[in-house]
Amino acid sequence: MISIWFFIGVSLAVNGALILAAGVYQLIRPPADPGVVLFSLHANVWWGALLLMAGLLYCFRFAPRRRH
Amino acid sequence: MTLLLATDVPAHLVRLAPVDVVIVAFYFALVLSIGWYLRGRANTSEDFFMAGREMTAWVAGLSFLSANLGALELMGWAGSAYQYGILATHWYWIGAIPAMLFLALVMMPFYYISKTHSVPGYLKLRFGEPSRALSAISFAFMTVLMSGVNMFAMAKVMQIVLGWDINFSIWVSSLTVAIYVSLGGLRSAIFNEVLQFFLIWAGALLIPILGLYEAGGWTNLKLEITQRASAQYIHLWAGLGSFSNNPMGINWAGIVFGLAAIISMGYWTTDFLVVQRILAAKDIRSAEMAPIIGAGFKMFVPIIVILPGLLGLGLLPEKLVPESVAAVTGGHSYNDVLPLMLARYCGPGLLGLGVTALIAGFMSGMAGNVSAFTTVWTYDIYRPLINSKGSDHHYVNMGRWTTIVGVLISVGTAYLVMHFASIMDYVQALFSFFIAPLFGTVVLGMLWKRATGAGGFWGLLCGTLSSISMWAWVKVDPSALRYVALSPHAKGLAQDMFQALWSFVVCVTVTVLVSLATKAIPEVELNGLVYGLTNVPSVGDVPLYKKPLFWAAIVTVVFVTLNIIFW
Repeated sequence: MISIWFFIGVSLAVNGALILAAGVYQLIRPPADPGVVLFSLHANVWWGALLLMAGLLYCFRFAPRRRH
Repeated sequence: MTLLLATDVPAHLVRLAPVDVVIVAFYFALVLSIGWYLRGRANTSEDFFMAGREMTAWVAGLSFLSANLGALELMGWAGSAYQYGILATHWYWIGAIPAMLFLALVMMPFYYISKTHSVPGYLKLRFGEPSRALSAISFAFMTVLMSGVNMFAMAKVMQIVLGWDINFSIWVSSLTVAIYVSLGGLRSAIFNEVLQFFLIWAGALLIPILGLYEAGGWTNLKLEITQRASAQYIHLWAGLGSFSNNPMGINWAGIVFGLAAIISMGYWTTDFLVVQRILAAKDIRSAEMAPIIGAGFKMFVPIIVILPGLLGLGLLPEKLVPESVAAVTGGHSYNDVLPLMLARYCGPGLLGLGVTALIAGFMSGMAGNVSAFTTVWTYDIYRPLINSKGSDHHYVNMGRWTTIVGVLISVGTAYLVMHFASIMDYVQALFSFFIAPLFGTVVLGMLWKRATGAGGFWGLLCGTLSSISMWAWVKVDPSALRYVALSPHAKGLAQDMFQALWSFVVCVTVTVLVSLATKAIPEVELNGLVYGLTNVPSVGDVPLYKKPLFWAAIVTVVFVTLNIIFW
C-alpha cells in the first residue's frame, strides 16, 4: 500500500512548486501594488522552495517502489 | 496597505489569484484520489470502521490531533486570542495536555484491551445495554447536528472571506467528504486528517514568522499589546486570582477544576470523534504513544492560532469588534483576525495554501464527525437494537450508506440553521451537556469496581439532566450565572466551566449512591474493564526512548516550563 507520507510529499511538492513559481514571477515582474506587507522579503519564494524540498524528500523517501 | 486590501473589497476579505485557485483545486483532487485509492481496502467491517487497526503511533497521533484542529477551531481561537489575549492558550495547554496524557497512560489500555469499537461500546461492556443506548443515541444525534452546524458556519466563513456562494460551499465540501469516506472508510478519513495537519502548518506558520518579524520580536509585541489593551492580555495565570482581574471573567478554579479536570478530560478521553483515531492503532504501545505524540504537537498549536490573534491585537491598525457590533457597523469581528492576518502577509500562492488549510480543516472535521457517527450508528444502534444477525458484508454496506445519509442530514441541518440561526446556539449547547457526565461515568467505570450498571446509567442520565437544567436556568434568568459560577463577576465562559464541574459532581454522586444501593457486579465479569482486576499488558521490552511513560514525562516537563515562562 502507498504510504500516507508519500501523499503528503506529493501535496507539499506540488504546492511548493506552485508557490515558488508565483514568487519567482513576482520577483521578475514586481507588481505596482503588492497588496501585502513585507513584500520585500519575498516569502513565497523561500517558503515555496522550502515546501518543495520537504515534499521531494518525502516523495523520495516513501516512494512506493522503495517500500518493496 | 493590507487594511486597504481588506476594506477596499467590501464583498469579501481576500481575492484569490489563478495560482491560488489551482492550489485549492489540487487539494480536492488529491483527497478524492486518496479515497479512490483506498476503496479496495475497506471491504470488512474491521477495515471500514476501524481502519484495520493497523495505524502507526504517528499516524494515529496526528489524526487524533487533526480531528480537533478544524477551521472553525483555528479561526475561533485566533479571535479569542484577540479578544482575551494569551489566556486563550489555556485551552491548548492545561485544557488539553493533562487530559491527553491521562488518556494515554490510564484509560487507553482499557479501551484497547477490551477491543471495543467505540466509547458507547465500552459502556455496554462495563454497565450494560441501557448506558450504551443512552450515550450512543445522544452521540449519534448530536454528531450529525454538529456537523451540519459546522458546515453552515464554514460556508458562511467562505462567503465572508472569499465571496463564495453558500450553496456552492456546502454541496462541494459535503459531496467530497461523502465520496472519500464512503469509499475508504475510517482509513480514508485518517489519511486525509494527517494530510490536513501538514497543510495547516504549511499554510499558517508564515503568519507568526512574518508577524514577529514585523513586530520586532516577542518583547516588542508584548509592549505593543500592553499599550493597546493592557498587561492582563499577556499573562497566563497572573490575572486569574479573581474573576474581575482578567479579560475573560474567569478565575483559576474555573480553569483548573472546570476546564482542565472536567471539560478537557471529558472531551479528550470520551468524545468518540477523537478517541476513534486511537482505537485504530496497531498495538498497545502505539495506542499509548499516539495521544502523547498528539500532546507534544498540541503544545505548539498556539504558535499558529493564538500568536496570530495576539499579532492582530498588536499590529492591525483597525480595531476588531464582537460579531454583533460588526454586523451593525460593517467592520471586522474578532473572528476575522486570522483571515485578515493571512491577507496581510500572504501573496499569490501562499494565500491559496492558507485558504486550502482552512478548507482542509473543515472537511477533515466533517469527515471525523461522519466516520464517528457511522461507527456508532452501525455498531451501537443498528446492530444491537435493529438487526443483530447481518453478515459482515451487510454491516460494511450499512456503514457506506450511513456515511451518505449522515452527510445528507448534516446538509439538511446546515439549511435549517441558515433559516433559523438560533438553532446553532442550541445545538452547540446541547453537545456540551453530555461531555462532563460521560467522563464521570467512564472514569468511574474504569477505576471503581463497585460501580454497577444501574449506577452508571442513572449517574449519566442525572448528570446530563443537571447540565441541561443549569443551562436553561441561566438562559431564562442570566443573573443566575452568579450562583452557577459562584461569583457576580463571572462571564459567559465561566458558565461552561462551572456547569461542567457541577454536572460531573452530580453524575459521580448519583453513580456512587445508586451503585452502593444495588448489587455489585461479580469481579470475574469485570476482567479487562476495571483497574485492579485487569492485567494491563506491557508495551514490551523496548528501550527507554520508546516507552510511552518516558515521552509523557518529557511532554510534562515542557508543559510546566511553558506555563512558568508565560505565567
